[in-house]
Amino acid sequence: MHLYDVPMIFILGGLVLYVVLGGADYGAGFWQLAAGRGEGADELRDHAHHSMGPVWEANHVWLIFVLTVLWTAYPVAFGSTASTLELPLFAAAIGIVFRGAAYALRSAASNPRELHVIESITGVSSIITPFSLGLVVGAIAARRVPVGNASGSLISSWLSPVPVVIGVLAVAVSAYLAAVYLAADAARHDIPGLEGQMRTRGVGAGLVAGAMAAVGLIVVSSDDHRLFSALTSGVPLVVVICSALAGLATLGLLVARHYEASRYTAAAAVAAVIAAWGLAQEPVILPGLTLAQAAAPHDVLVAVTVAVLAGAVLLFPSLGLLFRLFLGGALGEPAAPPQSRATEPAPGSAPRGGLAPGLLARLAGACLIAGIGLLNLADAPLAHVIGVPCLLAFIVLAFGALFPAGATWAAAGDD
Amino acid sequence: MERRPKLIPSLATVLAPAHQAYLLQARQMQALSFAVHIPLVCFGIALPMLVLFVEARFLRTGDELYRTLARRWSRVMLALFAVGVVTGTILSFEMGLLWPNFTATFGSVFGLGFAIEGFSFFTEAIFIGIYIYGWSRLSPRAHFLSGLPVVVAGFTGSLTVIAVNAWMNHPSGFRLQGGRPVDIDPLAALFGNSYLWHELIHMYIAGYIVVGFLLASWYALGRLRGRWGRYERTALIIPLTVAALAAPVQVLVGDWAARDVATTQPVKLAAIEGLAHTTRGASEHVLGWYTDGQVKYGIAIPKLLSLLAFHNPNAAVKGLDTVPASRQPPVNVVRVAFQTMIGIGTLLALLGVFFVAVRWRRGRPPESIWFYRAVILAGPLSVVALIAGWVTTEVGRQPWVVYHVMLTAQAVTAARGIPVGYATLVIVYLTLATATAWILRRLSRMPLAEVKKAVV
Repeated sequence: MHLYDVPMIFILGGLVLYVVLGGADYGAGFWQLAAGRGEGADELRDHAHHSMGPVWEANHVWLIFVLTVLWTAYPVAFGSTASTLELPLFAAAIGIVFRGAAYALRSAASNPRELHVIESITGVSSIITPFSLGLVVGAIAARRVPVGNASGSLISSWLSPVPVVIGVLAVAVSAYLAAVYLAADAARHDIPGLEGQMRTRGVGAGLVAGAMAAVGLIVVSSDDHRLFSALTSGVPLVVVICSALAGLATLGLLVARHYEASRYTAAAAVAAVIAAWGLAQEPVILPGLTLAQAAAPHDVLVAVTVAVLAGAVLLFPSLGLLFRLFLGGALGEPAAPPQSRATEPAPGSAPRGGLAPGLLARLAGACLIAGIGLLNLADAPLAHVIGVPCLLAFIVLAFGALFPAGATWAAAGDD
Repeated sequence: MERRPKLIPSLATVLAPAHQAYLLQARQMQALSFAVHIPLVCFGIALPMLVLFVEARFLRTGDELYRTLARRWSRVMLALFAVGVVTGTILSFEMGLLWPNFTATFGSVFGLGFAIEGFSFFTEAIFIGIYIYGWSRLSPRAHFLSGLPVVVAGFTGSLTVIAVNAWMNHPSGFRLQGGRPVDIDPLAALFGNSYLWHELIHMYIAGYIVVGFLLASWYALGRLRGRWGRYERTALIIPLTVAALAAPVQVLVGDWAARDVATTQPVKLAAIEGLAHTTRGASEHVLGWYTDGQVKYGIAIPKLLSLLAFHNPNAAVKGLDTVPASRQPPVNVVRVAFQTMIGIGTLLALLGVFFVAVRWRRGRPPESIWFYRAVILAGPLSVVALIAGWVTTEVGRQPWVVYHVMLTAQAVTAARGIPVGYATLVIVYLTLATATAWILRRLSRMPLAEVKKAVV
């Protein structure tokens, strides 16, 4: 492995996480749309929304991560891909806008009619986005994106069998993952009716996704023989087989109602597909452009690698905390009344603390004068470095002077 | 030891630059996307701090009013953050969809800024989820602590993104060789750049001004409609005080920013001031319109420009004619945007000083109905000033995407369909704006009792 491979591993890792986390979110939207009408359907939709609520935003940042690492580490590949595949990428962007807007709207909706409209938007955008992103992946895999500023065909680069199959596969995979996760959530919250519904859907979507993956292989074999032979030999073949086994295991686990385990096997099946693609395509990223040629200079790769690893040290514990709270039921639907474990002193008896308003005001004034002198009258950069914090300190101190601790805030003729 | 590329001759591109008939539309599309996203960024910067401040008041006093207020504002924060996630995603797509040659050529120089920003974004997203959905489940103290990373990430996020913008305005950290950047030092490019700091502080304070005045604006409107209980007064006073203190400070920070621009981007300053020729003891023109190499119908204040820009009334200020006409930005766009920002900024600062003076001397806010009418206007006007400020710096950088290194025309995509994309995006943003307005209206109408117990 070379240094220039490392960011691609981050990118594919980010893509896997986007698919298994963000993809499941689109899948939940898909099931909201497919639920139809009736009480059971409403229950399903509510469940799908509440299951995704707290993690929605974090799940979607993975796509941003993938894009930013791609354009930093392999800029030419990014520019070429984005310009040739502008249509599917634009469609994906629009889909994301509506998915996000619907998520925000959902929390403000108050009656069934509004909910219905919002959930339809969620559903449609949850199909458009993974399909479009699947087209992009498919077009790259099928070597239809040449190096250059919009050098490939703006239509036929993605409107061809392999990209379309990958697009459909992306939708099927999303639905499959969502059904598995929702079944697990329903079992955990002990909602038997829903659990059964989602289990059936999970098995169905799993079969469809597996079938689409098989169709994909057949289409690839006639469309792009090089990719096909790479996928069906050596390490990639082993990974493809692992994916199939994980998929089958998920079906078995679902039928046997081992939901928690099925979450992980389902995710593993999807991750293996992406890994197999990456391995089969290696070392070429776009036709005629190897990873080594596309990679940014050495120092940049080092900086990206360090930044991502350092970021991961912060990110994964935080993400772990979020999922632990979320899966542990600490977030989400209300149950217990708000705990007020804080000792609640009666209003008015609040402890007075901090400095006296007069002193704070004088300090604020001093900071303001020092700030003006150092930032606005002096020209030396060092003076500016001190002047800016002085001005910020002025804001904080003056705020404190105007609102001493424990004072009645709304002093405006406080009845 | 700044590695600064030499001016012009080796213009950089990696992919072949193409003729794009709709370059202006591509720029407008990008500008529109920024204008939609930037006000949301302000909420990411300032609102978490205000929410946490109010929650801290609750923890300290036990007064339920603060908790209710924090809960209501935190719902606004979540909704606007969700909208910001998608408008931010659009921006990152546009880096490739509109400007593939910019990213292809310089992605390795500036891209790290966005990669690091991605982690700020993650932190914000994760802890906003914990904060909002943990209201009734976490202990009060744990809940308060879960909000702190959101405040920090709001700052680091702006730091890294503005580092990229500052790099575009004042590029360094690489050398050009045959049109390609070599000897790249991404950390020096992003964070070793003197231009970064005034931009960052100016924007960070703008975040507090915009959010402070917008919230105050909303409750001032409520006051005119007779909603003026203890809750509303508190909800108005807190953000208004923040904005009132930040607005005058912004004038001082703006002065610093303008002096930095004067030395690093003299042509931008010339466009801002409508200064055609290099002049000693240059006058400052208030209002007016630039035509035929001079500002007409404006009020000239002798020597003020030289004094402000270089602290010397007789200093020479470089004119637009120091570069060929094809390398000059569109003067009136930049000038009008700048004057709009300055005009509004001055009025906001005066409003702030008035409020603080009354509050300090009498121990209560002003009572005049006219004051509250002014506050109602201050919110939307602060957004106008924010966007005008960004127009000044971004249009003032034209025709360059990377100042004196790459032209915007070289960065643009060769793909067709920009007008269709532009029209689609306008419709999408109008829909999004309507949806956002609807959400905020709904959240504001939710009865207080419901806010207390609601979980999103």
